[in-house]
Amino acid sequence: MKGPTLAFVVAFVVLAALHQDNWNWDRADLVFGFLPVGLAYHAGYSLVAAVFWAVVVRFGWPDRLEAWAEEPEEETDEAGGGGR
Amino acid sequence: MTSIWIIIAYLGLLLAFALGSKRFFRGTSNDYFVASRSIGPFMLLMSVFGTTMTAFALVGSTGKAFEIGVGTYGLMASSSGLIHAACFFVIGIRLWAIGKRHGYVTQIQFFRKRFQSSGLGYLLFPILVMLVVPYLLIGVIGASKTMMGLTGPKGPNPGMFPELFGATNGAIPPWLTGAVICLVVLCYIFAGGSRAAAWANTFQTLVFMAMGVLAFTLISNRLGGLGEAIANADPGHLVRTPAGEAGVSKVTFLTYMFIPLSVGMFPHLFQHWLTARSAKTFRLTVIAHPLCIAIVWVPCVLIGVWATGVPALEGATPGAVLAKMVGVLVQDPVIVGLVTAGVLAAIMSSLDSQFLCLGTIFTNDIVLHRARREYSDKAILLMARGFVVAIVALTYILSLVLFEQNVFDLAVWSFSGFAALTPLVLAALYWRRATKVGAYLSVIATAITWFVLFKRSGFGGELTVFGGVMPVAVCWVAGALGMVIGSLATRPPDAAVVARFFPQR
Repeated sequence: MKGPTLAFVVAFVVLAALHQDNWNWDRADLVFGFLPVGLAYHAGYSLVAAVFWAVVVRFGWPDRLEAWAEEPEEETDEAGGGGR
Repeated sequence: MTSIWIIIAYLGLLLAFALGSKRFFRGTSNDYFVASRSIGPFMLLMSVFGTTMTAFALVGSTGKAFEIGVGTYGLMASSSGLIHAACFFVIGIRLWAIGKRHGYVTQIQFFRKRFQSSGLGYLLFPILVMLVVPYLLIGVIGASKTMMGLTGPKGPNPGMFPELFGATNGAIPPWLTGAVICLVVLCYIFAGGSRAAAWANTFQTLVFMAMGVLAFTLISNRLGGLGEAIANADPGHLVRTPAGEAGVSKVTFLTYMFIPLSVGMFPHLFQHWLTARSAKTFRLTVIAHPLCIAIVWVPCVLIGVWATGVPALEGATPGAVLAKMVGVLVQDPVIVGLVTAGVLAAIMSSLDSQFLCLGTIFTNDIVLHRARREYSDKAILLMARGFVVAIVALTYILSLVLFEQNVFDLAVWSFSGFAALTPLVLAALYWRRATKVGAYLSVIATAITWFVLFKRSGFGGELTVFGGVMPVAVCWVAGALGMVIGSLATRPPDAAVVARFFPQR
């Protein structure tokens, strides 16, 4: 596994672990006066997930795969309905 | 009656918008199945998001939050933001590339060639169809129940149409709602295939996102503002501590993270992925999907939590909470009509893709796969349309027969089944050593564990095992073990086969 890919995998595992916010389980305090902290944490988590994927898309995009898909092959496997 | 006119206008607009795509229809089966692989970033985002969000997005999320509290968002939404995007990036883009290179339009075509086994397709076919059918029924029955709720009796007063529909006390009966919904979807799917589905999904997704936010704003205003609304809610619903119906256990919360993996194996989503113009088209979908989930789910979960403090909602069934909050608090027929249209939009944006994908896999994986002669493209198109009509008709009949059954509980089982099949697709895409025997063992181990646990649940009830573990986690591990053991115990696949599915290092 190459450096950037490994970094993204580690970051993904850390993010997945952070989903389990046991420390918020019994807390009922409100953020901004209306958002229960358990909900505010996970709403923020969604934003962080979007940022994480933006970074992956920016720095870990599989360009090679895209080029491979576009390479012409002699024939396709599926003729009926499957042509490009 | 104003609400009904708004819903009719919405359905008319949807039909006009979706049929507008017909101008771009190229008349080929490839265009019908995968829109000639020409869909751009925004439409791909909207169609993928609309397809993954079912009736559960508006109605179910509100109801679940009313039942268990704020934990609903972490349980079902924030995990989906991370995992769905991971599936799009890790599975979707690679499948798109393989599908484009080899001309596939269904998952089964890919698995058959990757594992050099026609039989694997016959094993997978009934499993995929059986997992999609309850999902379809949830949509049609959900739409019928929504319309019955809207037009049914309110207190001592009869429903909207007492003279027309005496048997349902004036409510629009399920046979009529089901017929209208199925016909509208059938019209545009029949005419334009996956391009029409993408166009319709874009319109529907924008509608249900906007209506969710509208309902949220109006309801919070009626409750005296955001702070006042939450102050009156039941304190037990502001935390996740298990107490009675409310809350969620930590183990269940953790193992529920397997459920969003289901998008990696949804056959209808696979078809949407293949419509992408290029791999870059996925970029917006991968990044924006978690944000779209937050835009829809945060307001809905809050509405559900607020409802616990509204006396008129005491004892309400979870599925009726959103409609009752709008009906009781807003009391404006225009808003009621708009929000109901939003609910129907969420339902129909999944239905169309599912109808189309079943027609596509029947045509390609059964008929064309078995065909001893070449069919013309026109004949293939006709066949696919014929299958779509048959599937819509069958779904309609089943929705009437099973209307009184609680098919909504089946949703989690359907998702669990798809999620538990992801070791198959992950190994097929990333593990060169994965073999045919591994693939068979993976599918069989998943199917057996799923069925045993499904039976233990009383065929569709709620079930956890080993002190709170979701059944999906057990099925997933069984499928992964089957793949690893079966593959390592048999000879590696031919290098030539592997080379066709893996770009050179």
